[in-house]
Amino acid sequence: MSTQHPPAGDKTFRSLIPFGPQHPVFPEPIQLRLMLEDEKVVEALPMLGYVHRGLEKIGEQKDFYQNVFLVERVCGICSFIHALAYCQAIETLMNVTVPDRAKYLRVAWSELHRLHSHLLWLGLLADSFGFENLFMRIWRSREIILDLQELTGGGRIIVSTNQIGGVKRDIPADLQRRVFEGLDQVERDMEEIIDTVENDFSVKHRLVGVGRITAEQAHSLGAVGPVLRACGVESDHRLTGYAAYADLDFKAVTWQGGDSYARTMVRLYEIPESIRLVRAALNKLPEGPLNVPVKGNPDGEVCMRVEQPRGEVVYYIRANNTKNLERLRIRTPTFANLAPLLHMLPGCQLADVGVIVLSIDPCISCTER
Amino acid sequence: MFGLLKNAFINLISKPATRNYPEVVRQPPAGVRGHLEIDIDVCIFCMRCSRECPCGALTVKRDPKSWSLEPGRCIICGYCVEVCPKKCLRLEPRHGLTAGCVNTKEEK
Repeated sequence: MSTQHPPAGDKTFRSLIPFGPQHPVFPEPIQLRLMLEDEKVVEALPMLGYVHRGLEKIGEQKDFYQNVFLVERVCGICSFIHALAYCQAIETLMNVTVPDRAKYLRVAWSELHRLHSHLLWLGLLADSFGFENLFMRIWRSREIILDLQELTGGGRIIVSTNQIGGVKRDIPADLQRRVFEGLDQVERDMEEIIDTVENDFSVKHRLVGVGRITAEQAHSLGAVGPVLRACGVESDHRLTGYAAYADLDFKAVTWQGGDSYARTMVRLYEIPESIRLVRAALNKLPEGPLNVPVKGNPDGEVCMRVEQPRGEVVYYIRANNTKNLERLRIRTPTFANLAPLLHMLPGCQLADVGVIVLSIDPCISCTER
Repeated sequence: MFGLLKNAFINLISKPATRNYPEVVRQPPAGVRGHLEIDIDVCIFCMRCSRECPCGALTVKRDPKSWSLEPGRCIICGYCVEVCPKKCLRLEPRHGLTAGCVNTKEEK
């Protein structure tokens, strides 16, 4: 910790605290340099680069089929949705029409991923303000979702079922029944969890009014996902109806307030919505092939956007009719939400910094790629 | 503040949600991607798997005929299983060798 000498006559005491990169509330390494006036934060500066892996460069060296496995490993939480964005981008370049059954299965796996991501985050948030019972309760429900992903996709996190031209695996009727049973159990658990998170005094005490940001600020700073929706802005890329979302009557969850509580509520109420979407996708599952054969190499450039649990991810791909891509650029949602975060922090207490940083659901490995 | 108190009492008298691991081993469901195995008698050593592997975990030699897997590099994606023309590769739903070992199979 270093100190700055205040100007003569000024009684305030300023200090610079390096918050992170190793900190109990952070799941991943990010450093925030906090300028404090007593206990109040006046300025925050993020320091990134602790988990940079150079994945975009590797993506230019592998061929475009192998890159599916690479982009799945950009993020440990929303791996399926990264692969979905990449596959949709390549399919657009190569004019491939994906079968309907594959589109519905993609929605089902995407929403399972959103469920486990939101439950993971909710547990981490409960842990960050010391509500251990709620933390364990939420992660027990998340375990059911992980089991469903293992059952249907073959991996607990990296289900790896996407391929260019469709999906690799089917969810047959007997597995669908087990998915429905698991979702019923999660739904029953959620009744209690939603009531606790929404109404509990200790939860509200730590979240209401903390890290507030206005809708104008959020929009002008480029916030995406739940951070923007918590300001009352209905911005969700699923509304554009990619994959099979157009047929599933999707409604975006929004909340008013723009504080940590509103962001929590958006994610909390997205859980029942995701459960409904998985059920709807599997109930409406059309018959037909799972994938179509793909021939040739991609050519041209494309920008593909899909909605991840943390917000909108942008994939920019430039191809030159060879097996290797010329450029693979990934703009992840946490990167977009870092600028709003820096506007949430000034004015808050040091004890609230952990909760505010968690409230944007940071995924640093995604951001640094 | 006491919303989860009922739950805490139920937890006291109910069975644990976790498994007593060394005694009770979990059986993974069918179709789980795990350790890569090869049926070496069927393999024609075409080297397709080693060429297509995204992380260079497989080495196939023609003289003498051998196929080897470096588990430390393998990401268990299953791409080799997809591209194998003789379908002699399979992912078994279990843990395999530790990262340091190299699993080499030679033609008998």
